[in-house]
Amino acid sequence: MRQLAATLPEERYEANFADLAPPLTPDQALGESSRCLFCYDAPCTTACPTHIDVPAFIKMIASGNLRGAAREILDANPMGHSCARACPVEVLCEGACVLNQLHKRPIEIARLQRYATDFALEHRLRLFEPGAATGRRVAVVGAGPAGLACAQDLRRCGHDVVIFEAREFPGGLNTYSIADYKMKPPTALAEARMVLDLGAELRTGVRVGEDVSFEELLEQYDAVFVGVGLGGTRRLGIPGESLHGVVDALSFIEELKLRPKREVAVGRRVVVVGAGNTAIDAATQAKRLGAERVTIVYRRTDADMPAYHYEYELAKADGCEFRWSTLPVRFVGNAVVEAVECVRTQSGRPLPGTEFRLDADMVVLAIGQEPRASLLARIPGVRFQNGRLLADPATGQTSNPRVFTGGDCANGGKEIVNAAADGKRAAAAIHALLRTMPQPVPAGG
Amino acid sequence: MADLRTDFAGIRSPNPFWLASGPPTNTYGQVARAFDRGWGGAVWKTVGEPIVNTYSRYGGIDLGAVRMMGFNNIELITDRPVEDNLREVALLKKRYPGHALVVSLMVESKRETWHDIVRRTEDTGADGLELNFGCPHGMSERGMGSAVGQVPDYTCQIVEWVKEVATTPVIVKLTPNVTDVTYIARAAAQGGADAVSLINSINSIMGVDLDTFHPHPHVAGKGSHGGYCGPAVKPIALNMVAAVAQDARVRIPISGIGGIQTWKDAAEFIALGATTVQLCTAVMHYGFRLIEDLVDGLSNWMDEKGYATLDAWRGRAAPNVVKWEDLNLNYRTIAVIDQAKCIHCGLCYAACEDGAHQAIAIRRRDGARFAESGIGAVRFNGDHRWDVEIIEEACVGCNLCSLVCPVQGCITMQEVATGAAPVTWREYAAGRGKLAPRPEHYVTVA
Ligand SMILES: Cc1cc2nc3c(=O)[nH]c(=O)nc-3n(C[C@H](O)[C@H](O)[C@H](O)COP(=O)(O)OP(=O)(O)OC[C@H]3O[C@@H](n4cnc5c(N)ncnc54)[C@H](O)[C@@H]3O)c2cc1C
Ligand SMILES: Cc1cc2nc3c(=O)[nH]c(=O)nc-3n(C[C@H](O)[C@H](O)[C@H](O)COP(=O)(O)O)c2cc1C
Ligand code: SF4
Repeated sequence: MRQLAATLPEERYEANFADLAPPLTPDQALGESSRCLFCYDAPCTTACPTHIDVPAFIKMIASGNLRGAAREILDANPMGHSCARACPVEVLCEGACVLNQLHKRPIEIARLQRYATDFALEHRLRLFEPGAATGRRVAVVGAGPAGLACAQDLRRCGHDVVIFEAREFPGGLNTYSIADYKMKPPTALAEARMVLDLGAELRTGVRVGEDVSFEELLEQYDAVFVGVGLGGTRRLGIPGESLHGVVDALSFIEELKLRPKREVAVGRRVVVVGAGNTAIDAATQAKRLGAERVTIVYRRTDADMPAYHYEYELAKADGCEFRWSTLPVRFVGNAVVEAVECVRTQSGRPLPGTEFRLDADMVVLAIGQEPRASLLARIPGVRFQNGRLLADPATGQTSNPRVFTGGDCANGGKEIVNAAADGKRAAAAIHALLRTMPQPVPAGG
Repeated sequence: MADLRTDFAGIRSPNPFWLASGPPTNTYGQVARAFDRGWGGAVWKTVGEPIVNTYSRYGGIDLGAVRMMGFNNIELITDRPVEDNLREVALLKKRYPGHALVVSLMVESKRETWHDIVRRTEDTGADGLELNFGCPHGMSERGMGSAVGQVPDYTCQIVEWVKEVATTPVIVKLTPNVTDVTYIARAAAQGGADAVSLINSINSIMGVDLDTFHPHPHVAGKGSHGGYCGPAVKPIALNMVAAVAQDARVRIPISGIGGIQTWKDAAEFIALGATTVQLCTAVMHYGFRLIEDLVDGLSNWMDEKGYATLDAWRGRAAPNVVKWEDLNLNYRTIAVIDQAKCIHCGLCYAACEDGAHQAIAIRRRDGARFAESGIGAVRFNGDHRWDVEIIEEACVGCNLCSLVCPVQGCITMQEVATGAAPVTWREYAAGRGKLAPRPEHYVTVA
């Protein structure tokens, strides 16, 4: 990189990457939980894709039954802790809270949810028991939110579960990608461990499709759940993309999450391409690592920006700048990137003659993730529609009746909570399927 | 998971949580839904003489934004025909044999009338009878309800009549509108009651509309005293349950009622000796779904404490309720302020200075005390350059500051050793035992 941002004192990194929403104190939890009206058929519960009974768990917090509250949450959503930290609650439960109308301020559902689940994680509570052994075996491919949620419910039904995970650690993007000021890897791992405590076997470092084939899994297991998420960041396909200093958002974020912050290389001037939530995460974290100037360029207008409003506000508050209707056409530099050549756009299309340059020591590409098309194509008997695995949305069942799917690889890339909901729905469908199969011959022991 | 099964005077239920006789137990549909949801038992809305209800009939009192801290009603017993009630009770009992179903009764104070209603009710297969001697309005004017429950002899008499024919357990529901509830409880026991339940609701007027001068609730501008219940009455109910539980002349099982909303409330009644608990207002406020936290919270707490059954800890608190004259006068506590938690609201200062014992000082950060006595105006005003400080030699340990403090755990009451042997008033008055030196806290004006 041409110019690196100066490293910061350690306490600045700590402050910059501290939890955006710190845990509630007991006083705050009591006050906030007492404010909940305990609505009947509550809109927050409807708004949650996993339909956590929000008023029920909040009243349990108020009554001092923290264990019950944690159980209520994690029963409905095994990823209830990471969701409490990272869900876009403004458009989900908190957005639906009736107190938005009455007090102009919803109940802080996410922070209460964190309060209860913190208690469960801290004490490593055993909230659920595995079901009586059925002798059925299910392979779960991918230990991300979808796979873990599916595994929890399958274990509670008594099925043997083996989770195959390509990477070193479980958790999927929860471990490797969620903005560090929302959740750090040890938290994601603790949450995954709660699921594994139910007796699911985790095999890390195994790439299904390469190290073991889907055919083999289908031979050895009664059903297979595929929750492999999405692949790498898309390329723009413009000149200069391979210059040093042009990086993809996922690699950048992963590095800053896994390495000590002072060892992470970040440019003095950073240009982020794209305006989705990943772009925002890359921009805010670049800024928090010490970049002096962070500019987000997006080929459409602010009204078209896919990022959530509060994410946009966060980036602005962090001092990130936005260039709307701006399309990068070339990265300029001699081995190392020095500038981004852009053109202004109208309705997303370039306006000739409006070219200009943005100086940059680092360019972060955040224009969406590729589907894992070639991997999914190796699953026997499945079909595709518009490049996605064809599956029943209610069950996740693919055209191969013993193969189920859910999460980002099935929905095209949504949130943790959608992946968890998909995983649970698939677990229910797998359980229903396994019950209709003829009884297995008991293995000798 | 802890075993919550309960045996109440021979009536079994999967857990101690019953619906109290009232609107939630009006109909088959309601009670069936409650049982499906997990309630352990129900006392059917009082069946008896024909009545007519007013339309407007409930009133509430709020505590700030929290609604229905207290609740009252001028509702009478069921306004449905006896036959309809009893038919539904029989159907329910058939469908839910494992749940407790008790029928509350209130009829004219005539032997044959009681005999008749008891027989008809028992024909339904119900598990027991609850005699409503408690309703404080409407029925009492007609010589029923609390008109019976306020007179020990009437109570005893009617229980005797009922016991002449009853084959199932008879529970007497006690009214709190008496000077000493134990007299009525004894009369019930003497008459042969198998159990008592308490409390019914307390005479009350909920408020007055200052524009119209109508009382709350009003019926065409007029009101009548109604029965007070809901969270506000719990302390009264606990006291009465404790008194009955400890009375050597009662000694029959107790069903605790009054202001229960959470599992903790229920646990307190059980700790004072109740075998089952009943809820009415909380269910009217939030619906049957309350049962989930009641059961879960209680069993989690029991698991945490290592109690396998309710009997393992039932009544544990009862022996700790004693007469005032048996309290240890040498047990000394003082307030301790955790300065790190203080938010400088000044409430403890105002409370102690004006409302208690002038034992809190405001101290400047440089150490100088702003006010040492109760005389003179002090400006505090949330100013963080000032700290509140307990004047230990003046603190009588009354608890007030710790009660007004809005921060959990900021002001705690801590025991200070006096070095003196315990002494009760009874001993001290009899010239036995010595008082340890006590705070000299009053500013005496000559
Ligand atoms: C930068 C970024 C920030 C985000 N921020 C938020 C947020 O704040 N809030 C929110 O709710 N959501 C957020 N998301 C989205 C969220 O992370 C995903 O929706 C969610 O993780 C999807 O879960 P999943 O289980 O489907 O996939 P993943 O989390 O991607 O997990 C898939 C797992 O499968 C494994 N795998 C892949 N191929 C194989 C194979 N061949 N064999 C074995 N294992 C394999 C992967 O290693 C991975 O562990 C963010 C996403 C990104 C990229
Ligand atoms: C609207 C209403 C109607 C009631 N009706 C009856 C009744 O018919 N018979 C009875 O024994 N108690 C009746 N009660 C009293 C309750 O059963 C209970 O004893 C009292 O309300 C205290 O409990 P709570 O604080 O849980 O409500 C009624 C209470 C209310 C609020
Ligand atoms: S609760 Fe409301 S709607 Fe229902 S009967 Fe009473 S006044 Fe009517």
